[in-house]
Amino acid sequence: MKLLRTAILSAAMVTAGAAYGQESIKIGVLNDMAGTYADLAGPGSVLAARMAVEDLGDLVKGLKIEVIGADHQNKPDIGSNTVRQWIDVDKVDVIVDVPTSSVALAVNEIVKEKNKVFLVSGAASSDLTGSRCTPNTVHWTYDTWALANGTGNAIVKTGGDTWFFLTADYAFGHALERDTSAVVIKNGGKVVGQVRHPFPGQDFSSFLLQAQASKAKIIGLANAGADTTNAIKQAAEFGITQKGQNLAGLLVFLTDVHGLGLKTAQGLIFTEAWYWDMNDANRAFAKRFAAANRGVHPSMVHAGVYSSVQHYLKAVVALKSAADGKAVVAKMKEMPTKDVLFGEGSIRADGRKIHPMYLFEVKKPEESKAPWDYYKLRATIPADQAFRPMSEGKCPLVNG
Amino acid sequence: MDINLPALFGQLLIGLINGSFYALLSLGLAVIFGMLNIINFAHGAQYMMGAFAAYFLLQFAGLNYWWALIVAPVLVGGVGILIERAFLQWLYKLDHLYGLLLTFGLALVIQGLFRHQYGSSGLPYQIPPQLTGVRDLGFTFLPNYRAWVVVFSLAVCLGTWFMIEKTRLGAYLRAATENPTLVRAFGINVPRMITLTYGFGVGLAALAGVMAAPIYAVNPTMGADIIIVVFAVVVIGGMGSIMGAIVTGFGLGIVEGLTKYFFPEASNTVIFVIMVIVLVTRPAGLFGRAA
Repeated sequence: MKLLRTAILSAAMVTAGAAYGQESIKIGVLNDMAGTYADLAGPGSVLAARMAVEDLGDLVKGLKIEVIGADHQNKPDIGSNTVRQWIDVDKVDVIVDVPTSSVALAVNEIVKEKNKVFLVSGAASSDLTGSRCTPNTVHWTYDTWALANGTGNAIVKTGGDTWFFLTADYAFGHALERDTSAVVIKNGGKVVGQVRHPFPGQDFSSFLLQAQASKAKIIGLANAGADTTNAIKQAAEFGITQKGQNLAGLLVFLTDVHGLGLKTAQGLIFTEAWYWDMNDANRAFAKRFAAANRGVHPSMVHAGVYSSVQHYLKAVVALKSAADGKAVVAKMKEMPTKDVLFGEGSIRADGRKIHPMYLFEVKKPEESKAPWDYYKLRATIPADQAFRPMSEGKCPLVNG
Repeated sequence: MDINLPALFGQLLIGLINGSFYALLSLGLAVIFGMLNIINFAHGAQYMMGAFAAYFLLQFAGLNYWWALIVAPVLVGGVGILIERAFLQWLYKLDHLYGLLLTFGLALVIQGLFRHQYGSSGLPYQIPPQLTGVRDLGFTFLPNYRAWVVVFSLAVCLGTWFMIEKTRLGAYLRAATENPTLVRAFGINVPRMITLTYGFGVGLAALAGVMAAPIYAVNPTMGADIIIVVFAVVVIGGMGSIMGAIVTGFGLGIVEGLTKYFFPEASNTVIFVIMVIVLVTRPAGLFGRAA
């Protein structure tokens, strides 16, 4: 990590210019660099941020831009300390990514207090643009409401109307369970129970047995990363799906499917914001990304980091200053978003980035033609339906 | 709270299965601590290496699960022997702390290397075809593979206990721990015996890793996640007590299983609560002898 940081620093120094006077921009990518979320975000997000800066080319010529990264170990205290140090000592202007909702919610407050910018890609909690929204935060890639809405709707409508939740016992799991329950109930379904497992977990068989005993048709996995893959693996072992119950992975990433293997993961249905094999621009990005990331293809989190950093820099260039975080975010909301990965979109007043979401199904092993060829598209959820209506979010910026 | 008896039995059974992993791992730790006086913090990393070895054997050598059960522990045990020769042998006369720091450092390095190479989201490994399927026991469903895990690890645990406590080889080993100079005077190559013991303990960790590969995600942090619990098991059982490690391993698996049923949020702390209670009331552990 240190090596990478030094390399980026020195690369940035070379391009240093004076077009904006003293203006230099520091981008801090904060995430889980070594733990359960390291593959879906981790060093790949630093890489994505760096590629975003490179690809803007002439637009940011003359700006001194540094991309640095740090590990928050999925712990809110460590994340908070890093962000304080970054802003106070290292003069970081924008915090990017931050998976693990508990950490993101803590960072959210600090960034607001210091009037910097927070671009969320990895974290899921819909509270970031709901009750905890701030004028300094943009939530880019996805959120628990969008996942619940996409996957929950699709499953309830095809008959999966009784649910039991296996929930990671922290902010993210709770939010995902809450949002999915709401969708299930709204569609006439029923939630028959839930069990909260410690994060991170290892053995889920006890919880799966409880889910099995509940006789619910659908077992909703309100967790992520290795927790989800372990639960899916062990559910297959216990023959849960053969007995008529189905699993709903509420948050599944490309890297999880890779770790599970298609044999175990086939048939899983879930919602994502971005997939590398959807169009030529995505494929070209994935090819460059994978080449620099030991073959691992980009997840939607990486793509979100890329396009959020680009939009941020465009707003800074338009304002000719990164000093006032609130002003930069206001500019970002004012400008329509446009980049190669997410296409055209917009950012709402509550900080929610709006774009279509996609319902994917994992391919059968015989359908997969190449390494990382894992998803087939089941449905596209149009941008205007993909996210929670602003009026229901209870965001004080909008309602009060 | 209404108690659903079948579900409760199910949880007890699951607890027993997790207990098998705790028992196998803490057994290896107990053997290493008992014979070498080394607190082997690299045990989790060695368990992880066992799981990865199973994956590599399948992927690159075409050796299936059953071969991996034999080959992976030998390979990883071999790595253990190299570690013992290169590093640990210089530490026996020093305080426990040195061994602990060295093995902890090694664990971090090994884990870091694997993560660098293979990422954190893990590699797929399937249950061997002979053991797929689920048995309906009336009160719960038991996957055949888990039944195998319980039976096999129980056999390995008892075999190890028998070897150390009841055979001539075990007697040499125990004697060598008590008084190495005297045992050497009888013409026994004590350093070699110690080296092989470490290799054996590491092999046990790798064996647990191979058994874990089909049911837990094979990823670089799998060892770090479980090792802390296993240390608690060893402390509760009594450092260095072979039978203590086995009985406590299975016992705590069951306690944890019950907690997962009654109060799931506490399931990863319950073992540490027990550890604290045991340390306060019986500092040498349930099966340990006070020094």
